[in-house]
Amino acid sequence: MKIEYNFAFFDEGSKREIRRATLKAIAIPGYQVPFASREMPIARGWGTGGLQLTLSLVGKEDILKVIDQGSDESVNAVNIKKLIALTTGIVVTDETTEATIIQSRHRIPETPLQEDQILVLQVPIPEPLRYYEPSEYETKKLHAEHEYSGAWLMLFEQIVNYGAMSTGADHPVMVHSRYVMAPSPIPRFDNPKLNQNKALILLGAGREKKVYAVPPYTKVASLDFADYPFRVETFQDKCCRLCGAKDVFLDELLNDITGEALYQCNDTSYCLQRMNGISKE
Amino acid sequence: MDDSERPVLAVRNINKQYGQGCVNCRGAKGEGLLKNYCPVCGTVYACRDISFEVYAGEILGIVGESGSGKSTMMECLYFDQEVSSGEAYIASYKGGETNVFEESSQQKRYIRNHLMGKVYQNPLMSLKMNFSSIGNIAEKLISAGNRNVGQMKVRGEELLEHVNIPVYRMKEAPKNFSGGMQQRVQIAKALSNNPPLLLLDEVTTGLDLSVQASVLDLIKSIQRQLKISMIIVSHDLGVIRMLADRTLVMLDGQVIEQGLTDQILEDPQHGYTQKLVQSLL
Repeated sequence: MKIEYNFAFFDEGSKREIRRATLKAIAIPGYQVPFASREMPIARGWGTGGLQLTLSLVGKEDILKVIDQGSDESVNAVNIKKLIALTTGIVVTDETTEATIIQSRHRIPETPLQEDQILVLQVPIPEPLRYYEPSEYETKKLHAEHEYSGAWLMLFEQIVNYGAMSTGADHPVMVHSRYVMAPSPIPRFDNPKLNQNKALILLGAGREKKVYAVPPYTKVASLDFADYPFRVETFQDKCCRLCGAKDVFLDELLNDITGEALYQCNDTSYCLQRMNGISKE
Repeated sequence: MDDSERPVLAVRNINKQYGQGCVNCRGAKGEGLLKNYCPVCGTVYACRDISFEVYAGEILGIVGESGSGKSTMMECLYFDQEVSSGEAYIASYKGGETNVFEESSQQKRYIRNHLMGKVYQNPLMSLKMNFSSIGNIAEKLISAGNRNVGQMKVRGEELLEHVNIPVYRMKEAPKNFSGGMQQRVQIAKALSNNPPLLLLDEVTTGLDLSVQASVLDLIKSIQRQLKISMIIVSHDLGVIRMLADRTLVMLDGQVIEQGLTDQILEDPQHGYTQKLVQSLL
């Protein structure tokens, strides 16, 4: 027996509730809005926050792209795409430029986003001060009082211990000069893309039941110190072994036998697009 | 009034009660009660009409038995708790004309971060046990707006040296330190912004005699060098005799006697103070 689901899996009431939370999040950039996170047919921590946002936003005309760690073909991305496509019948794509909704985990696509696009990021821990202050009650007060010394303290500790800011991902950012926000576990390389981005960026944390947003053209600054400015990862003199791209986020693949390090675009659809372009010429 | 005569801190009629009060005790602020709680409704009057002044470069001692409201009063002054009623004026804040208890929580945080330092009996209250010692000191500097790692490291090392903690242990977390060392890290943290007022709450309780002596020596030398005003709370008359210029004696939430320390110890007037001084010998 085939179960008939409502359009986009959720009932209309659920979608409205999530949209209301989303609207509030857009109105207060960087502020974590609580919402009634639903049970989803995928496990908590597998992108339920992002999935719920996507389902509440998706319309019949939309074109969807889902990325997991830069790849369009990993298990998580494929299954989220399948779920949305089966319950809505919309078109899915790998092309960043074609998509209207892009749900992503760990990356912002290399191709610059446009004004008519929405980027949905999946967030495991939305609270940037969590390691510093375990109590939610206290962190809410810290946000309200604009007391962010804890966020800088965590960076200070890294500098004391390792001589540089060493956040591999999820480097905290200041949104609109008001709220410090965890940008989800994107690499530092992607942090500058958040600043004055043309697209609407929504972040959803399903387990923690929070939604927050960076509206288009919002100032987003990565936290740093006067004598230790924020720097992105560099891949000096390295380029993608497939498409030859430079100035993109590269994966390092080690050959077990020879010990040789190979570099390859992390964003597979960008890499593919470039290779197709090169072969056409 | 001339600024040099103005007290660093002037406290007027602080009241702190836990509970609503009832016909038996309300209105009288518990004055008719035998002890500091109401036997009818169980309301506790932890602080009752406490007033005092602290002048520049002075150490004010507060003694009293356990449960007499000493620590509650200190917590109210450091905004850890809210007072039920009362006023406090800080000379270095808005010219000492504003009642700091009526300020917003952001302003209270500003006062805490810039104009006060507090050393708790329990180092867990002010130190982040999983962060490095120098990070703990930097936290206070960061919250006062410092964003320069180099400066903060120099200041932190200077302070740790000042409180006799070897600089090579600065990266260690306070949880690895002995109780006396934790107490000294706390003192260093409290001093980091050169606050005009330092609150010390039972700093030597629970430390062995030799460590007590070294912590007391440290406090004394800091006071001589930096001319910081201090309030020292203790139930140990030895500590008060050694450090305090003036002393308040508290019993059941009230100040029962105040005056020069020598005077109080040599010629106690109130029955409780007489017992207290006798018990010392």
